[in-house]
Amino acid sequence: MLSVVIDLAFSLVGAAFALSFWRLLVGPSLPDRILALDTLYVDAVALLVLLGIHRSSTLYFEAALLIALMGFVSTIALCKYLLRGDIIE
Amino acid sequence: MIDYLLSFLILAGALFTFIGSFGLWRLQDFYSRLHAPTKATTLGVGSLLLASALFFSTRGEGLSLHEVLVTLFLFITAPVSAHLLSKAALHLRLRSLAELPEDTAGGEADSKTDQP
Repeated sequence: MLSVVIDLAFSLVGAAFALSFWRLLVGPSLPDRILALDTLYVDAVALLVLLGIHRSSTLYFEAALLIALMGFVSTIALCKYLLRGDIIE
Repeated sequence: MIDYLLSFLILAGALFTFIGSFGLWRLQDFYSRLHAPTKATTLGVGSLLLASALFFSTRGEGLSLHEVLVTLFLFITAPVSAHLLSKAALHLRLRSLAELPEDTAGGEADSKTDQP
């Protein structure tokens, strides 16, 4: 039963990935695109956690943590750039 | 028994992740679009990480606490990035569907020029 549920979860998160990517390409304003990029990072963390359960391996958590960290830093940097026109003042 | 709990957590997590991105795709203006991914997606990933912690704790290799680190990090950073995104959107004077309060500005982007 668990493998069926994991396959279903993979397709749901994949669909979420596709919808966020559509918003990243289309999104009328710049904050829309940044929000879509942030959502893509969080979806990537979800996919890595699912892959870890699927393959019964704890190797993927470091990668998930790194992706979460990089996603936060890049979102903050892009927002600072929009707000101030500069990242490090 | 533990399989049912795991299946429920994984399904709920994937469903909430999907709902978050669906809202990002479907909603009309940026300020309502900001709600979907920052709340629903965070809850979905939190549920998935809880399922993962449960899965690896019941494999017989002791308690698994890597997931708590990722969960804590995501739950702390999601509101911060949402706050900065809304500040950036206000700075760029994006259009909003709802009427803004009287003392800030009207509903149209043109009348928002007196905003800080």
